[in-house]
Amino acid sequence: MLDEARRKLMSGREYVGASKIDGPLVFVRKTHPVGYRELVECVDSDGKVRLGMVLDTSDEVVVVQVFEGTNGLTMPGTRTRFRGKPLTVGVSDKMLGRVFDGLGRPIDGGPSPLADAEPDINGRPINPTAREYPRDFIQTGISVIDGMNTLIRGQKLPIFSGNGLPHNELAAQIARQAKLRGGATDFAVVFAAMGVKHDVARFFTKSFEETGTLDNVALFLSLADAPSIERIITPRTALTLAEHLAYDRGLHVLVVMTDMSNYCESLREISTLRGEIPSRKGYPGYLYSDLAELYERSGMIKGVKGSITQLPILTMPNDDISHPIPDLSGYITEGQIVFEREMSGRGIYPPVAGLPSLSRLMKDGIGEGMTRDDHPHLASQLFAAYSYVKDVRNLASVIGEEELTPLDHQYLEFGEFFERRFVNQRKDEDRTIEQTLDLGWEALQLLPAEELHRVTEEELNVHYHGDGQP
Amino acid sequence: MNERIIGQVKRVSGPVIEAMGITDARMLELVSVGESRLTGEVIKLSGSGAVIQVYEETTGVAPYDNIYGTGLPLSLELGPGLLGTIYDGIQRPLTQLRELSGRFIERGVSAEALDRKKAWGFVPALAAGVDVAAGAVIGTVQETSRIEHRICVPPDVSGRLVSISPAGEYRVDETIAVVETSGGKRELSLMQRWPIRTPRPVAQRKPLNIPLITGQRVIDTLFPLAKGGTVAIPGGFGTGKTMTQHAIAKWCDADIIVYIGCGERGNEMTDVLTEFPKLVDPRTGKSLMERTILIANTSNMPVSAREASIYTGVTLAEYYRDQGYHVAVMADSTSRWAEALRELSGRMEEMPAEEGFPAYLPTRIAEFYERAGYVETLSGADGSVTIIGAVSPPGGDFSEPVTQHTKRFVRCFWGLDRQLANARHYPAISWLDSYSEYLDDVTPWWDERVGPEWATERKDMMELLQKEVRLLQVVKLVGPDALPDSQRFVIEVCTMFKNAFLQQSAFDDIDRYSTVEKQLRMLSIIMAYWRRGQAAIKRGVTLVKIRRVKAVQEIVKMKFTVPNESPEEFDRILARMERGIDQLEAIYA
Repeated sequence: MLDEARRKLMSGREYVGASKIDGPLVFVRKTHPVGYRELVECVDSDGKVRLGMVLDTSDEVVVVQVFEGTNGLTMPGTRTRFRGKPLTVGVSDKMLGRVFDGLGRPIDGGPSPLADAEPDINGRPINPTAREYPRDFIQTGISVIDGMNTLIRGQKLPIFSGNGLPHNELAAQIARQAKLRGGATDFAVVFAAMGVKHDVARFFTKSFEETGTLDNVALFLSLADAPSIERIITPRTALTLAEHLAYDRGLHVLVVMTDMSNYCESLREISTLRGEIPSRKGYPGYLYSDLAELYERSGMIKGVKGSITQLPILTMPNDDISHPIPDLSGYITEGQIVFEREMSGRGIYPPVAGLPSLSRLMKDGIGEGMTRDDHPHLASQLFAAYSYVKDVRNLASVIGEEELTPLDHQYLEFGEFFERRFVNQRKDEDRTIEQTLDLGWEALQLLPAEELHRVTEEELNVHYHGDGQP
Repeated sequence: MNERIIGQVKRVSGPVIEAMGITDARMLELVSVGESRLTGEVIKLSGSGAVIQVYEETTGVAPYDNIYGTGLPLSLELGPGLLGTIYDGIQRPLTQLRELSGRFIERGVSAEALDRKKAWGFVPALAAGVDVAAGAVIGTVQETSRIEHRICVPPDVSGRLVSISPAGEYRVDETIAVVETSGGKRELSLMQRWPIRTPRPVAQRKPLNIPLITGQRVIDTLFPLAKGGTVAIPGGFGTGKTMTQHAIAKWCDADIIVYIGCGERGNEMTDVLTEFPKLVDPRTGKSLMERTILIANTSNMPVSAREASIYTGVTLAEYYRDQGYHVAVMADSTSRWAEALRELSGRMEEMPAEEGFPAYLPTRIAEFYERAGYVETLSGADGSVTIIGAVSPPGGDFSEPVTQHTKRFVRCFWGLDRQLANARHYPAISWLDSYSEYLDDVTPWWDERVGPEWATERKDMMELLQKEVRLLQVVKLVGPDALPDSQRFVIEVCTMFKNAFLQQSAFDDIDRYSTVEKQLRMLSIIMAYWRRGQAAIKRGVTLVKIRRVKAVQEIVKMKFTVPNESPEEFDRILARMERGIDQLEAIYA
């Protein structure tokens, strides 16, 4: 039997030679009893230390996944040390304004910041009784989000995008413009890049620089040319810092994670190498639990000032929303902003698909005292009307626009206004919630009053001035 | 508990541990692993080896760590103090855990499920010297202001009641009675234990013919659920499974609600925790939290506890059923539970069947749903467990294994539709895919209690909805103008029915809950509009004119304007509608 002290002693021991190296996995035989998920240091023949983690441990063989890849490791020349503790990362608020690699080591040429704490990167589940239910409205200045899919502080709201769509622009715009009603507060942005290209990383850095917010941003970059296995750790490192900033330092943290599809791909790679039984499309059966471990690290805690709001970005393979990655994400996150290629093609920015997008926390964060009293009914009415527009367009494509009834023509006009004026906006346009809502009413003027079932008489009296005639 | 070492860890990979040197472990025995004492359960024995599933994160567990056996299967503590509490998947009270380990759940912490310090006012119902059978009520405790907790003799005990304590305050683990059984004396306390994987025995099962009234119109009127029945709610993400479950948990007429958050979002449980205490039950005027037990195993909590949480929930439900209560269990979501089975099965390197799920998946689903039922309890009272299970099919595709197997074992199906949800038509229960096999069973209840016209009005409306589907196909090809007014009126009435009746706002104070009387009145008014309008069109009145009748707008908005308490308002709306159409007919005649 081994106690803690004995295990610590053993952590000094070094094993020379590996019995097998397969992709990012190193197999070591005849070790002392090694703990599951222990931190591992692999030293190659040049003396360079690579970090890893125990994936599987038994009395015969220990399987280690090496985050920096196994390039250049040799079977006899690899020395392995088991550290007797889980993988941790040093965190402090001095990390804001700096750039790190996926494991939290600075890559901007500066020294390592002094750590205030060294938490386990895997985090621990938040006790549901300790959570504060999120209900603070965040104004992003983007009408289709503020008006129809409101972002709430402490929410996890992913962007489901596709290759070549402007998800980076939208994420950067949200990071720049996001504010609470009633003034500035302490905020920070933690940015985790997984397998994205250099120019994408540069786009974000530049965008933060231009607005002078770079001092409030910590970047964790594991770019496309870094070992794919590093991507598994990158979001965990970033979220560990976010938790420190939010719950120990009282900051309101926005975490942007891009691209979750690359993360899942790495997970599949490891799973396949280990010979696990795959579920859909070769992804491991625990993909849901694994994604949940990341996404659930957001929210607010009772009695703590800070919060973590997550904005993960994922590109849907082949624009397919039923692909396992967006599908499982959608089951965990609190809504989703879905991009539509057809809208982007028509030059509408942001190309947010009106109907499949959703914010689950919206219901408690809008209305009187939070945004404006007419907001809930107005949003519901816009959704209903826009959904009918889609039906009318389908009909028109079969029977031709001329055959439509006058009412249907009015709906088409409404749809056009809604997309061109309400949804569409400039990449630097910052609309207040009042502007957004008034624009929504302006769109409804195009429809007759008796079509507006979801708003009350009083709201119609105050905001509706249409004559309802085609 | 007498703890003994039963073996050592051999291999660790995720939540499944292989053990070696096993001496006398039992199947399904509760064990603790290593010096941090992580809770686990023996799920396989072979030779000197065993497989253990651990209910906590296994980071740091190493080969040769000791495994301690408790000699007992994983069991729940059952007694006063369950209501209003939030537990994790293996009945650890989360509020107490928070006091012990703060905002995060640490490993190896444990707390007693029932508060040992709190004293409850016990009133004996029997005197010493009588014979008691299993399940007999020996006394009561007022657990909350609306629920009287009946202390029953455990199902495995019977004999002569040797002694019973007088009325007074007792803690849950104090002896309050002694029973002389054939196997010796048994001390009874307010609390008893029961293993989660064993259904609690009942005297007999009874037919299901009382509806579970949920206050949700599409459910009660179109696809009714019976007390003791089972229903599946499948739907892709964002179609409103959780919203539907919440609405039922809030407003249904069960006595007790067990809400299992199985692998779902943390904020959803917080939502229930903050909202339920503030909501008032329309029937009793008491806080909804006083009848609710929450089981929270959120998606980032350990996967094996997720597997157990479903059984924990249904065992708690059976315990209150045995006291003669009607209990509704919400399981959100059973797919996460099935996935937990898949993950554990994969870690044990079992041969997979469909989509990686183990071959025993259908058996497990059947076993779970069979624990529902309307029963005569051992003490002769009536009680029921109704199971309402959400299913989260990947990609919203109902042909996947969990949905398909669930459909085999439930008798009611509320399919959620993506198109409806996208149009923000909530609850997004599809009137074309859904069905209820309880319809004929509960019709007599509606006949007697609400009104004999219910069955026919409902049938006529369903027929109209079917007719509308065919008409809409025609409209898609040739446009609405090509149809005659009499057929366009079918579409008109169906649209009205969808907007005014099927859609129900969970956030509107009046609309969120409809009594059965209000539901029937609303249905009748819409059907009256259909009959009168149809007749008027035959007499030559145009559809445009009928649409303009002022009372039509009132019908559309009646769900918001007429409260449950003033059904007489419906007479006025009906009269105005009839007058409007009378006038039109007079002009055209």
